[in-house]
Formats: sequence, C-alpha cells, structure tokens
Amino acid sequence: MSEINLQIDGKEVVATEGMTILDAAKSVGISIPTLCHHEKLEPYGGCRICTVEVEVRGWPKLVAGCIYPVEKGLVVRTRTEKVDKIRKVLLEEMLAHAPDSEELKALAQEYGADRDRFEKHPSFCIHCGLCVRYCAEIKKKNAVGFVDRGSNREISFIPEIAAKECWDCKECFPLCPTSALQAAYVLAGALMTPPEEAHSGGCGCSCSCGSAPEKQAG
Amino acid sequence: MTRLNSPEKLECARKDIVSRIDPTKPCISVCAGAGCLASGAAEVIAAFKTELDFHGLTTEVNTKGTGCPGFCERGPIVMIYPEGICYLKVKPEDVPEIVSHTIKEKKVVDRLLYEDPATGTRALRESDIPFYKNQQRNILSENIRLDSKSMDDYLAIGGYSALSKVLFQMTPEEVMGEIKKSNLRGRGGGGFPAWRKWEESRNAPDPIKYVIVNADEGDPGAFMDRALIEGNPHSILEGLIIGAYAVGAHEGFIYVRQEYPLAVENINLAIRQASERGFVGKDILGSGFDFTVKVHMGAGAFVCGESSALMTALEGRAGEPRPKYIHTAVKGVWDHPSVLNNVETWANVPQIINKGADWFTSFGTAGSTGTKIFSLVGKITNTGLVEVPMGVTLRDIITKVGGGIPGGKKFKAVQTGGPSGGCIPEAQLDLPVDFDELTKAGSMMGSGGMIVMDEDTCMVDIARYFIDFLKDESCGKCTPCREGIRQMLAVLTRITAGKGKEGDIELLEELAESMGAALCALGKSAPNPVLSTIRYFRDEYEAHIRDKKCPALSCKEMIAFHIDPAKCKACGSCFRQCPAEAIHGGKKLIHIIDQEKCTKCGTCLDVCPSRFGAVRKISGEPVPAPVPEDKRAIA
Repeated sequence: MSEINLQIDGKEVVATEGMTILDAAKSVGISIPTLCHHEKLEPYGGCRICTVEVEVRGWPKLVAGCIYPVEKGLVVRTRTEKVDKIRKVLLEEMLAHAPDSEELKALAQEYGADRDRFEKHPSFCIHCGLCVRYCAEIKKKNAVGFVDRGSNREISFIPEIAAKECWDCKECFPLCPTSALQAAYVLAGALMTPPEEAHSGGCGCSCSCGSAPEKQAG
Repeated sequence: MTRLNSPEKLECARKDIVSRIDPTKPCISVCAGAGCLASGAAEVIAAFKTELDFHGLTTEVNTKGTGCPGFCERGPIVMIYPEGICYLKVKPEDVPEIVSHTIKEKKVVDRLLYEDPATGTRALRESDIPFYKNQQRNILSENIRLDSKSMDDYLAIGGYSALSKVLFQMTPEEVMGEIKKSNLRGRGGGGFPAWRKWEESRNAPDPIKYVIVNADEGDPGAFMDRALIEGNPHSILEGLIIGAYAVGAHEGFIYVRQEYPLAVENINLAIRQASERGFVGKDILGSGFDFTVKVHMGAGAFVCGESSALMTALEGRAGEPRPKYIHTAVKGVWDHPSVLNNVETWANVPQIINKGADWFTSFGTAGSTGTKIFSLVGKITNTGLVEVPMGVTLRDIITKVGGGIPGGKKFKAVQTGGPSGGCIPEAQLDLPVDFDELTKAGSMMGSGGMIVMDEDTCMVDIARYFIDFLKDESCGKCTPCREGIRQMLAVLTRITAGKGKEGDIELLEELAESMGAALCALGKSAPNPVLSTIRYFRDEYEAHIRDKKCPALSCKEMIAFHIDPAKCKACGSCFRQCPAEAIHGGKKLIHIIDQEKCTKCGTCLDVCPSRFGAVRKISGEPVPAPVPEDKRAIA
C-alpha cells in the first residue's frame, strides 16, 4: 500500500491508499460527524452530515468525507463556515422528523441547530439506511427496504420475509439513530397482517402498491 | 438477409438499393413521429393508401411514415417528392384532393401550404418556411427522408459508411483523435467533452468495457432524443458501434424510457436489422471486431437519466445515484469502465467521422462546437424541434425560428435545461446558446428543453412547479436533496398561497446552499429554478410576500375576479356559464360575483364579450364592495 500525504485542517496527514477522508481524519484525532456511516457496512454517503470542503486543483468542492478517497496533496477543511452552515441546516431538516433523537440533539447543540425551525413531520426516519443495509449486507435477508422516491421515501418491512426472519433477530433496532420504536412499529404492523391478506392487498414485493402495514396503525 | 462481410459488399448492397430507387417516382412522406401521430398522422397515412388504391396508383406512388421533421405545431406534416412540396396540418379529408391535384395533375393545393402570418405569402417547400430557413439541420434533416423502420432507407443515404470507414481505414486512436478534434461535448446536460470519457475508459486497464446510450429523456417538455431514436434509430446505433470500437468495448446498452414505446420498438427493430446484415454481432463487416447491444427499458424514474443512477438501474437495482469520486468511465456498470453518452451525442458521431472534425467545428463557437437540437415549447408560435448552430442567440431562436409569442403577449422568460436549469429573462436574450454562457447566466444547456413563458406566467409558481416535480423525482437517498426539496416546496407553496413571510427568500437561499452538499448532480442543481427566478425576478417574490400580490395574476389564491359595474351590460353570459353558480345576475341587473362561492376558474373572464370587457382579475388590492341592491338596475 502506498502512502498518501494530505492536509486536514492544516495538519499534515499520512494515509494509505483506499482510505477515505473520514478514516484519515480519525487517524489523527480529527472527528467528523457521521450518521449513516457504519464500519461493518459499505460506505453509503446518504446523510451528508460528514460533508467537508476539499480543494481540487485550486477549486473548493463539497464532498462526503465518509466516501471520498484520499488523494495525494488533497487539502481538506472539516469546519469551515460553509460546512458548519450546511450541517446546521441538515440537522434542522432531520430534527423535523426525529426531534427527540439523542444523537441529533447532541449534534444540534454543537452546530447551533434549531430543533423547531421546520414543521414537524411524523416519521422518525432520517433515511440513514442503516437497518436496510445491515439486513441486506450482514444478515443477507433483505427483510427491510426503502419504498417510494423523493420526499415520499420511507422504510418498510416486507411482511413475507419479516414474519419469518425478524422475531429472532431485531439486530437492526439498536442501529437506528433516531428511534428504534419506528422499526418495531413498522415490524409489528407487518406481522399483524396475515400473509394471505398482505398478498391480496399488494403484490408482496417492496413496491408500495398496497398492504402498507403502517397505514393500519396510523 | 445475408450478412455483409466486407466493406465492398456493403457498397454493393448500397448500390443495389440506390439503383432500385427511381428519383422521379412520386413519394408521399408523412411524419409518423409522436407529435404528428397524436394529431392523426396514422389516419392520414391510411387515407393515402386507400386513395392511391382507389386510383390504381399503389405501385406508381410510394407512401411512407417517416421520422419527425420538427414542425410539430403544424402536424401532421406531409411531404410530396420529388417536388419537395410541404403540406401542413393535413387531415384525412384533405387526402383525396392531394392525390387528385398534386399527384395526378401536378398542381399545388394552396390552402395546405405554409402561410406567412405577416405577409400572407405561401411557402411551397420546407426550406422556404421561416421556421426551417433559420435552422441548421445537420442531424434532424435526415428524419423526413427515412422510413424509420427501413434499414434500406438508411443505407440509401449513406448509412453505416462511417462504421465501415472506421473499421477499415482508422485505428481506434485515430477515431478518438477525430472526436477530440471535433470537441464534441455531451448533449445530455453537463456538456462534458465526449472524448475525455472515451479516453479515460480506453486507458482503464479493465478489459471489459461498456458503451451506453442514455435515452432516458425526462425533462418536462423535452423530446429531442425521442424524435431521433424514433425517427433515425440506425444513426444512433452506428454512432454507438463507432464509439465501442474507439473505446475497445464489445458490449453496449441502450437505456430507453418505457414511456417511449415507439422508440423502444424502432431501436429494437434497428438492432435486429443490423444484426442480420452484420453491423452488429461477431466479426462486423469482416473486420474481426465484435459488438453486441441490448435495449434496457427504464421504469420511469427521472433520476435514472443521471449517469450513476442509470448504471445502477442497468445492473437491475433501484435506480439511485452513487458517488462518482471515481468516474463511471473508469468504474461504471458492474464496476467496469462505462462510456455513457446521450442520444444526440451519439447521433453526431457518424457525421463527424464521415465529414471530418473540421466540418463539425465550422458550426458553433470555439467552446461549444456543432449544432444543438432544442425542443421549443410553451408560449411560442412554432412549437417543435429546432436545430441551430451553437452560439446563436436565444432571441433568434425565439423570434426567428419560434415565430415569437402568440396572442400579442409579452415575452417574460425562457426556461432552459429542465428542472436543473434556470429561467432567463428578456434582458439576457442576446446570450449565445453555448454550454458555458448559459451556465454563467444561472441556467444550463441541459438536454435542450426550452420552455417559453409570457407575461401571464408567475415566476414564483414556475419555481414551485419544478420543485414539486423534483419532490417526486428525487431518489430520496441523500438528506440535502430529499429534505431540501421538501422544505423549499413548503416555502414556495406558502408564498404562492399568499402566506409568504419576510425572510422566506433568504430561507430559500440558505436551503439552496445546503443542497450543494447533495450526492449527485441532480440534487446539486435542483435549486437552480429557484435561484434563477430569485436572481432575475426578485420583485415578483417580494410582491407575493409583502403586498400579497401576484403580478402575473396567476396564483389562484392571490387573485379575485370582479365585474366592473360601469361596464356590465347584464348580457348574462357569465351568469349562465359560471360552473360554481357564484354570479348573481338577472335581466337588466348589474352582475355580481359572490367571492365566497367563486372557485377562480376564470370562465366569467373568458366568456364576457370583448366589447364589454367587464370582468377583470385583481390581485394585491381589496375586491370593491358589491353594488348595493337598489343601484343594480341598468337603465
């Protein structure tokens, strides 16, 4: 592995090829906040709270620290005014979904985010995808997935798989940075639906064509 | 059908096809593109067949359905060859007259010709019509000459000669050199130089490489790629095979959105025909070069037009963008080097090879070479597809080609680049159409959608429309895009509903800044419609927020309809036609709109006779109190 020299917040850092900015920063004790990152899982780059500024050929650029690979001579700034402002807005947007998440509250304090800036949206989920990816990558069960797109995107347990796999596992619950309740809630809904009924209400796949269990409870 | 296994055999086959074409034989070409089909082209073609049969002319006159020539406003379009007469808005009932007059007696049916609205003079040929005269149709002009389902037609106009030239007279490096010299930039959005992707991919050590056509055209109002792939599928296929040869790829994909069924049908047919004749498959034209290609139908997600999302979808997974810190040209589909170019980009390749890079760069500007196709839609006289050299001004496109704004209305803005682009105002209309100039103005070339707006369009509402579109079309993976769009939409909806607050413009700008941290180009560019309208039409935002007034009189919740008591003649038109029964009327009584019941549909304004002009729209001011009952009588 070849050594790569770069600069993070003014500190000279020696990293190895294949490392991300996040890894390199950690190696010299610079902490970059993360929400969707997990050591055991493939890098995802979804929450963007790890956004940092890098200089590429003299141009400043915003990149996700958890996925951007280290490059020779890279100049990284993890706490510029712009970065802090962006993290604040992202936190405020996520707090609209999960105002009581301990992780979010701690970060909000650090970045001066106002938990009540945006209108509350009753969903808890901040789409970090930890549950979805853990179930797919580690457990290889795909019992929970994302459904729909854009602002309507949400996590959903697939009743046919969840009914068989989830009761004895539930390893995704503690991963959730907002509230494990959400996962349990959705799961309970999925299991309460008898398979035949679930089938008649939808096609049984992860598309949101029907039989959405959360609707019953809501 | 025998496979052609040498360039000589191809030329023989071409000669044979050309020799069978009698240039003096009459040919009726009817545009069978999506626009003309929607306005009845299929019935027109059927009527021609019946009519020719009736006159016993079936063998003496050819009839064909061709690709879209672009003048969609006046479809169905019929061209009569060899004279090249251009008839517009042809209906099945016009067909007997065309056959008896034009085909049999060689006379022109005047009323079906283009008539200049200003001078009243009629144009006989396509080239005499201002819409066409002011274009440079390097690519689109082939459409009307081809039956889009006939490979022979494509061969007759020189099809696959560029491929033959490349395989037998050029090394991959020479092909790359020619494309580099032409400075062909990607026509799908960003304008990234095509050769850079090609070169990066070629130089990647991985022996498995892919070339891909992006035909997932999804911008509202854009249909350039649709017309090309439906009308001239072989040209795109030929471009793709040439690209594969240059890059060293042996497999390709054509990613077409399923909402374009005719495009899917025609490109599949083209691939089948090309395989039968040996342009696709093993040992193409006996050169030893192998290439196969598959068509992949998109499932209707706008985001799949983004390169990494398209590639994820090709792999059979949900179409979500992934970080491109390593270019897809190096690590794309299944982590193999993948060159993705848009339909129009590929369509340019055979022409560059045949006519040379110098010919190509003779069109356009130094930084943006060649021509560009735009779909000109919205409040414009000549809706359709236009192809112009890069560097012409927006004003020329809108006035000379587009024929200006209909109905005597005033131009307000033109939206370029789809949901990632921005709105350009009157003051910037002399801007040349060029990748870099449009970006500087806060918009972008995008794939070529051009939506013209007149004075009746509210710019805040347009921003809201695009953000609403993106709310459903963002993939939802990353926070800045998903949540930023959600919050932006809330603010814009509030402003257009008359509930805007001081600080809303600044909030929009702050949200836009945070979206700079989005994962893909779609998310990063999503705020453009908002930022460009704030930049050029800030006064409209302020009027909505401060004065609760929509200056364009368009936002429903901020306008009211009022009948001017001095002008109302009690004709009863509005009274009878109001669907909400919100109008109090009566014989010789001044009519009054009940504001509580009014749904603001605008029927009263439409039906009030223009000689009275009593109904008006108001915004930002209180509705005058209704006339007291005792003063309603009209003497």
